[in-house]
Amino acid sequence: MMKHIIRRLLGLVPTLIGITLISFFVIHIAPGKPTDIQTSMNPKVSYEARLRLEKLYGLDKPIYAQYLQWVKRFVSFDFGRSYLDDRPVSEKIAERIPITLLINFSAIILTLVIGIPLGILSAVRRGKLSDKLSTIFVFIGFSAPEFWLALLLMNLFCITLGWLPVSGIASLDFESFDTCGKIFDVARHLILPVTISAFASLAVISRYMRTEMIGIMGEDYIRTARAKGLDENTVIYKHALKNALLPIITILGLSVPGLIGGSVIFESIFAIPGMGRLFYESVMARDYPVIMGVLSIGAILTLAGNFMADIAYSYADPRIRVTKDKKLS
Amino acid sequence: MRNKLAAGASLFILLILLSAVFAPLIATHNPAAVDSRSVLTGPSRQHIFGTDRLGRDIFSRIVYGSRISLSIGFIAVGIAVLIGVFLGAAAGYYGGKLDMALMRFVDLMLCFPTIFLILAVIALLEPSILNIMVVIGLTSWMGIARLVRAQVLTLKERDFVAAAKVMGAKDSWIIFRHLIPNAIGPVLVSATLGVGGAILIESALSFLGIGVQPPTPSWGNILMDGRATLGIAWWLTVFPGLFILFTVLSYNIIGEALRDLLEPRLKK
Amino acid sequence: MSVLEVMDLKTYFYTSHGVVKAVDGVSFNIEKGEVFGLVGESGSGKTLTALSILKLISFPGRIVDGRILFNGIDLLCSDDKLLRNIRGSKISIVFQEPASSFNPVFTIGEQITEAALVHQRIGRAAAKRKAMEYLERARIGDPKRIYNGYPHQLSGGTKQRAGIAMALVNSPDLIILDEPTTALDVTIQAQVLDMLDEIIHRERLSILFISHDLGVISRMCDSVAVMNKGRIVETGPVKNILNSPKEAYTVSLLESVKALS
Repeated sequence: MMKHIIRRLLGLVPTLIGITLISFFVIHIAPGKPTDIQTSMNPKVSYEARLRLEKLYGLDKPIYAQYLQWVKRFVSFDFGRSYLDDRPVSEKIAERIPITLLINFSAIILTLVIGIPLGILSAVRRGKLSDKLSTIFVFIGFSAPEFWLALLLMNLFCITLGWLPVSGIASLDFESFDTCGKIFDVARHLILPVTISAFASLAVISRYMRTEMIGIMGEDYIRTARAKGLDENTVIYKHALKNALLPIITILGLSVPGLIGGSVIFESIFAIPGMGRLFYESVMARDYPVIMGVLSIGAILTLAGNFMADIAYSYADPRIRVTKDKKLS
Repeated sequence: MRNKLAAGASLFILLILLSAVFAPLIATHNPAAVDSRSVLTGPSRQHIFGTDRLGRDIFSRIVYGSRISLSIGFIAVGIAVLIGVFLGAAAGYYGGKLDMALMRFVDLMLCFPTIFLILAVIALLEPSILNIMVVIGLTSWMGIARLVRAQVLTLKERDFVAAAKVMGAKDSWIIFRHLIPNAIGPVLVSATLGVGGAILIESALSFLGIGVQPPTPSWGNILMDGRATLGIAWWLTVFPGLFILFTVLSYNIIGEALRDLLEPRLKK
Repeated sequence: MSVLEVMDLKTYFYTSHGVVKAVDGVSFNIEKGEVFGLVGESGSGKTLTALSILKLISFPGRIVDGRILFNGIDLLCSDDKLLRNIRGSKISIVFQEPASSFNPVFTIGEQITEAALVHQRIGRAAAKRKAMEYLERARIGDPKRIYNGYPHQLSGGTKQRAGIAMALVNSPDLIILDEPTTALDVTIQAQVLDMLDEIIHRERLSILFISHDLGVISRMCDSVAVMNKGRIVETGPVKNILNSPKEAYTVSLLESVKALS
């Protein structure tokens, strides 16, 4: 098992290198030099000053040297300083990541807690009304633009009903609450973003669960389980379910980039100070160091998510955990 | 039941396509016509879907906007299909190092949240409609490449490929005339679902202000106005959103129906 | 009283292409301690007859008529609770594909123990011991390793033996063996049949032995029913059927075997 994990870890290295390459070149697609924006806006900046700035960012060196410098700094998570406020990029990201992770993590939990039972229900009551209803719900889930749903729910819950706060992650008088109150306050603020973030992946998971369960219920070993005299509940929730849950692990891993990307939209709509919103703001302001930093961190998070899903799957599926070459008679 | 649903969806798409093509005939007003007297009015006989902050008729803007959103959807998917089929077939057919390298590349691309990549690139270039189409296409080909690769891998072991080789057929001939046409099924499904996806991405971009720029109407940027007028002008939010929803939904329904058609599940 | 009396069993499948009369009026009896064979080509309805006995027929199939008396009780009129009591404990079944008996994500031992726990009022440890005991009886070497092993680690022959062990663990009155050795290598086939032979005669079990292989039938069975297109063509002691077949179909079946050998 350990060998497997280490092998997988090593396999990540080329991908990490690839990430550095892509994030580097994405920035250099832009016509002109990255420092142009800063300097061209200000006509008073002299030619010498421009040269100095370029030297500061190492832009006077040939491209491969710039790339190597980038990789060196990448490894130590040094993404330079923001053009906007000159703070270290890693600092800016570090203070935003916890919120984004919290929201995405909660979204995953919500997806599992609602999506899996919904999928099972659909499979077990195939063809009946509850299946048809959940199918409609699911299709809307992956057809509706998430930001639109966000706006609609915001309209309903925040403006019309006034139950939930419109923006931010905490109320103005946050500090005055006790711990319980603080948790409750943050929860109130995050309910909508988490729910909407989960909507699409919930739809996908539930649909997948349904398909898997239906497929598995037709398998021979399920027929044998019934032939052994097991009651239907045991057949469904012990035998079928365990098999169906395995691919779900992989799908969860694959939904990580979608969740991170989605946070760009939600954090903007709900004014949440997370990594997604940081990315959006830096894109609008052409703050290249931050853009590169968030792009890289986003990719690394995805890589981490996929990796964990991969390891979890290898552990959960006995066909992989217990290797075939340990064949017994 | 399934078939009726797919038929209904196809009908809807047809209607939308027709209204996009014949927009000047269907739209009730000039979508760019500013009318300061009827700013932010609700749905009425004159303006079926109401007006926006500049008094422009929402219905007409949605009709003209369908041209933009739909064409972006089609072309972006077209680009994705071209790249995906080409790379996937090459990887599947030639195998070996090329295959490994290409698949690594696919894995790499999939590591980056699509929105991040698109935002970054669009922001660096300017958000012209062409750029949007190309960027969405460039970030959506991975799934298709994998599908085509899988198909080619199974197909290339088949007899007709061996026969063609014996007859001295060139690789490119085999790939284009035999392998790709047989792999088309899943690609078609993917492409159909992809149009819906592309429309969703475009509308998100426009909503964020980095997509289609006003005054050119797109369903997404009308929603951008909707955000600013939340609570006051519900029609700015509801109608464009419904159009996006039903269009994408229709593509999803048709895509799933195609999938059922082309990949029948073989059960005893 | 016979262990099993099947009377005019009819199982039909309602497909989009029409009604398929898979089992169309099948009748036979199995006495206590008898090894009763059911022989026929693929598609003759043998397996579906077996599944009907345990009422394991699912949509679009339905048992439309007939009576199945097990020790006097009509199974087709029984409620689910009774059926579940009988399945796996009074009547067990072993299927053709060795892999079909076991869920890939649980160990062999867990699944056999489960069969025992469901039907016997014993604790987990006792059930475990029983499972091991029957694995041994099925002539599995090193039963402990197999007990803790997963299906994918086992060869076809071992899986099938384990499947047979699972069918025996609750000491059933009747065991249905649906082509138990067809999917195995020839050499393994012989071994498994030997093992079955010993167990059947030692425990004096009643068996419904389904096969398309007349050689296996003649070796293992006391009586045999010949099945064709959902109907039973001829029934009788094995020697009689093989040596002096009365029906034309039986004759042609025997001819085709002779032609091959």
